Amino acid sequence: MAAFVVVVILLAVAWEAAKWIAGDPWREAFGMPLDPPHVPPFDIKQFNDLNLPHVWDVIGALSRPSVRNSPFSLGAVLIDAAVFTGRSAMLGFAVGAVVGLVLAIIFVRSRLLERALVPYVIATQTVPIVALAPMLVLWIGREWTSVVLVSAYLTFFPVTIAGIRGLSSPDPRALELMRSYAASDWSVLWKVRFQAALPYLFTAFKISATASVVGAIVGEEPTGIRGGLGRAILQFNTQYSSGPEKLWAVVLVAALLGIGFFVVVRAVELIVLRDRSVPSDL
Amino acid sequence: MSGTAQPASPIVTVRGVDKRFGAGAETTTALQAIDLAIAPGEFVSLIGPSGCGKSTLLRIIGDLTAPSVGAVTVNGKPAGAARRDRDYGIVFQAPVLFDWRTIEQNVELPLEIIGVARGERRRRASEMLALVELSDFARHHPWQLSGGMQQRAAIARALAFEPRLLLMDEPFGALDEMTRERMNDELLRIWERTGTTIVFVTHSIPEAVFLSSRIVVMSPRPGRITDLVEVDLPRPRTDASRESERYFELVTRVREALRAPDAARVAGP
Repeated sequence: MAAFVVVVILLAVAWEAAKWIAGDPWREAFGMPLDPPHVPPFDIKQFNDLNLPHVWDVIGALSRPSVRNSPFSLGAVLIDAAVFTGRSAMLGFAVGAVVGLVLAIIFVRSRLLERALVPYVIATQTVPIVALAPMLVLWIGREWTSVVLVSAYLTFFPVTIAGIRGLSSPDPRALELMRSYAASDWSVLWKVRFQAALPYLFTAFKISATASVVGAIVGEEPTGIRGGLGRAILQFNTQYSSGPEKLWAVVLVAALLGIGFFVVVRAVELIVLRDRSVPSDL
Repeated sequence: MSGTAQPASPIVTVRGVDKRFGAGAETTTALQAIDLAIAPGEFVSLIGPSGCGKSTLLRIIGDLTAPSVGAVTVNGKPAGAARRDRDYGIVFQAPVLFDWRTIEQNVELPLEIIGVARGERRRRASEMLALVELSDFARHHPWQLSGGMQQRAAIARALAFEPRLLLMDEPFGALDEMTRERMNDELLRIWERTGTTIVFVTHSIPEAVFLSSRIVVMSPRPGRITDLVEVDLPRPRTDASRESERYFELVTRVREALRAPDAARVAGP
C-alpha cells in the first residue's frame, strides 16, 4: 500500500515535471497565482493544458459542479456513476464466472464437446466487443441487462480456460483413490476437482474482475444507459476542449473502480486459500 | 509352482488373469496367466523388478484397471462389486493427501463419501489417527508433516472404513531407510491389531521378508508369478527378527528366485 502511494506521488511529480519543461505557461500552481508566470523552455503539444491538464485541475474538478449550474459536484456525480457501473460489473462478473465455470466443467467431462466447442469460445474473444455490443442492444434492448451481458461476455473466458486447467489438475492417483471409495461424480467434482481448481480459478477471477468493469463501461455506451461511467465518458468526451480535466477525472474514477474490484477478489482469495501449501501470489 | 495349501474361502482370488496394453503390433503383455489366492488375515507381498506388472496386478485386484482375460473375486464378489461395496482401502507410493484439508479431514474423506454422520466420522478418524500415532497432528495440514507422517495419515485414511483388505502399492518406497524400517514395524503392529488382509507391492527384498506371511515372486515381460515363498519367521517380528539366521536365509531365497526367474519357471511343475 505504501509502495502504491509512493508510485502515485512519483507519477504526479513526473507528470507535472513534463508540463514544467514543455507545457503551456504556468500562471498558477496548486491554486496560487504565479507572478511572473513560468514559461517552459520547450513546447511539446502532448504536454499542453488540453492534452495533459494539471494534476490539481483534475483533482479540483471533482469538487466543482459537474456541469455549469449543476447543484452536484463532479466527484459526487462520478461516485454515483461508479456505484451504478460497479453494480452492473459485479452482476456481469457473477454471471460470467458461473457461465465460465459451467463451460469448464462440461469441457472437462467431455473431451468431445471440448474439441467441438472450444474454438467457438475462443472466437467469442476475438470478435471485438465494440462490434458485438450494438448488436446485443438490438436483440435485448436498451436495457441494463445488455450492460450486464457485455460485462459477463468479457468475464467468462479466463474462467473457462483456467477452469479447464484447474479441474484437470488433480493427481491421477487422487482420482483413483476416489474411485476406490466408489465416490459419486458429484463428490469427485466438488471434493477434489473443484478444490484443486480454486487457485487457478482465483487467478482467472482477478483478470475477470477488472475485465468486468471494462465490459460494464463499454456496454453502457451503445445502450445509452444514463447514470454510469460509460455515459460520463461519452458526455465529457464531447466537452473535452472546454474541460479536459473532467474526462481525466472519469478515467481516474474508472481506474479506482477496477482496482477496487481486484482488491476485493484478492482479499477473498487470501481467505479461501489460506490453508494451501503454496501461498497464493498476485 | 510351489504347492501352498489354500484355505477354503480366500478373500482374494485371481484366476487366469492376463493384462495387455496397446493393440496390434504395439501390444505389450504386462501380466500372463496369473493365478493367486489370498487367505483372510494374510500379509502377502508382491515382489519383482520394475515392469513385472506387480502394481498392475494390485490395481486389477482393486478394480482400478480391468484384466484383459481372467477373473478376480474379492470377498466372493467380482472385483468391481467389491470396490463399490468399499471392501478395500488403498495406499499409494505417494500419500496423495489433499492439502486444503487437515489430517483429520483427510482421514474423514472416505467416511464423508459413504455418508457417515459427522460425529461418528470424527470418532472414527481420531481412532485411526491414534492407531498410526498422529493424534497430535489431527489439526495440521499435510504439508506441515514429514513424508513418513504423511504416509501414516494415508494409511489411517485407507483404514477409516475398516476394510477387510488393504492394498498397498510401494507405500514406503519414497522414504529413507530408517523411516522405512520404523514404518514397517508400525504396519505390522496395525496389521496385528486390525486383522486386516494386506496385499503389499514392493521391490525391497528385506522389507518383503520382514513383513510378509507369504511372498509372491514375479518376473518381467510378460509378468508372471515365478515363485511363492512362505515366510515362517516367528511373530511378533522385531529388530531381532531382522538379525536372525532364518531372516537371512529367506532374503537369500527370495533374491535367488528373483535372479533366476526363468530357471524357476522351467523347474516348475
